[in-house]
Amino acid sequence: MGDRVNAPLQVLPGAIRLAGLTLGYDRHPAVHHLDGTIPAGDMLAVVGPNGAGKSTLLKGLVGEIPCLDGAILRGVPREALAYLPQADEIDRSFPLSVLDLASMGLWRRAGAWRSLGRSRGAVLDALGSVGLSGFEERAIGTLSGGQFQRVLFARLILQDAAVILLDEPFTGIDARTVDDLVGLIGRWHAQGRTVVAALHDFAQVRAHFPRTLLIAREPVAWGPTAAVLTPQNLARAARLSEAWDEAAGVCARGHDHAPAHPDPAQAHGHERAHTHAHGHAHGHAHGHEHGHEQAGHRHGSAA
Amino acid sequence: MSDLLAPFLEFGFMRRALVGCLALSLSAPPLGVFLMLRRMSLMSEAMSHAILPGAAVGFLVAGLSLPAMTLGGLAAGLAVALLAGFVTRSTVLREDASLAAFYLISLAAGVLLVSLRGSQIDLLHILFGTVLALDDPALWLLGGISSLTLFALALLYRPLVMECVDPLFLRTVSRAGGPAHYAFLGLVVVNLVAGFQALGTLLAVGLMLLPAIAARFWARGLSGLIPVSMLVGALSSVIGLALSYRFDLPSGPAIVLAAGALYAVSLVAGPRGGLAWRLVRARHLEA
Repeated sequence: MGDRVNAPLQVLPGAIRLAGLTLGYDRHPAVHHLDGTIPAGDMLAVVGPNGAGKSTLLKGLVGEIPCLDGAILRGVPREALAYLPQADEIDRSFPLSVLDLASMGLWRRAGAWRSLGRSRGAVLDALGSVGLSGFEERAIGTLSGGQFQRVLFARLILQDAAVILLDEPFTGIDARTVDDLVGLIGRWHAQGRTVVAALHDFAQVRAHFPRTLLIAREPVAWGPTAAVLTPQNLARAARLSEAWDEAAGVCARGHDHAPAHPDPAQAHGHERAHTHAHGHAHGHAHGHEHGHEQAGHRHGSAA
Repeated sequence: MSDLLAPFLEFGFMRRALVGCLALSLSAPPLGVFLMLRRMSLMSEAMSHAILPGAAVGFLVAGLSLPAMTLGGLAAGLAVALLAGFVTRSTVLREDASLAAFYLISLAAGVLLVSLRGSQIDLLHILFGTVLALDDPALWLLGGISSLTLFALALLYRPLVMECVDPLFLRTVSRAGGPAHYAFLGLVVVNLVAGFQALGTLLAVGLMLLPAIAARFWARGLSGLIPVSMLVGALSSVIGLALSYRFDLPSGPAIVLAAGALYAVSLVAGPRGGLAWRLVRARHLEA
């Protein structure tokens, strides 16, 4: 543990670095010992089976849940993160217009009191670019699922964030809307924004996302999409996605005084995950050699 | 009409009662609108009961003294609001369950405390208010609370709406959600204390919720709901007070019943989902 205290972790501006990140609920990890860096301007798809920790990872990135272990180093201020949750908590019966909902994206510029009058043009433009011109005064409760998602994307446009996190943004959305929204995401990427999206549809990922992180609680593979979405990796992800074990013991990985893991099969899995983390660090030297060194150190001491 | 207004022209205590109730009608109904939209209607009911033991402690210490009972009620109401919020945020209980627990405890404690000292009459005064005996300090208090509420609502409006509609989004862009929520609960408590001067602890919430619920049948957006709710509150105050004078009824219940009658009218005749409008099926539009 001492090495972690002595070596302050660093991250390049604009990037987000995950260092031994473990996220979860009630001490049960849903994302387990994830190492890597999301460089500025990346367009990363997060894929994996149900319960693999995709949503958990995004919640952790935006700061919605605390880290159980490890750390997230954000090279961007927290206000520069925009987050579209999978299951939003939006009360659609609230008597609010489409224009009002989209205008929420202006919070960073307008805050609680500044007038929104001057920004009306920007809001109308944003609604227009998601194909909702003429819907300004409609109540949000009268929109269809696809239209509602378009409004939320208009809000994301207005947030003007450097990092945009999307949690399964296309679930239950028709093909035309998906095409429009994927086009929008591509434009964000072209503008140099970082986009991280949890997705289910491999065809979509292959077609539009240059890089992919495949997780099944454990990180399985992280890199160029074609190299990650291989049959071998997918089969391994399916094997790794185990059920929640109520009686799981305390994880000893990453601690100096680690006892040998009782389950040899799992220990094997650990080793592979770590080996992969090495490979990734070598492959993409985005200024995180430090973490690689540290992971190696910890790995060595635990094995 | 002149018959309705005659008692207000004739008697000072009726004018005082009206001024107090009108002040309350400006501040409480807008809060009721937010409570209704956040599905917290019953929560405000619980809070109004929570004020009772505080007022009762004030009563025990200083007798039927307005400042003592106000301060006591304020302290107890804020304590329960914060405790319930804290219990909700840190345990598995949902807010309605934790509030129900708190308000049952405090209602029982309040009634017990009042009956320790004091008569049945005192208990009735505390439970149902004394709107016809509002003195100068009480009017200042009502006016002050009303002004404070409107000012604070103007300041809080945007974060409060965002917290109602999309709390998760507000959490990701700002830390204003928590403070806005607690400030709103504080305003509810302060207005219930104000209402308790006029209508008593049991009915204080009546002038907060009934106008707001009635307004739902007349307006759709917040910019319509809030003024309509204020109007319904003011009308209920005038009608209730006039009727209570004319027929020698207790004034607090008369005001709340007037609001109830306006609600019933809205329920039937209101153009936004009123029952009568279901009978006529308007021709649908082209698109």
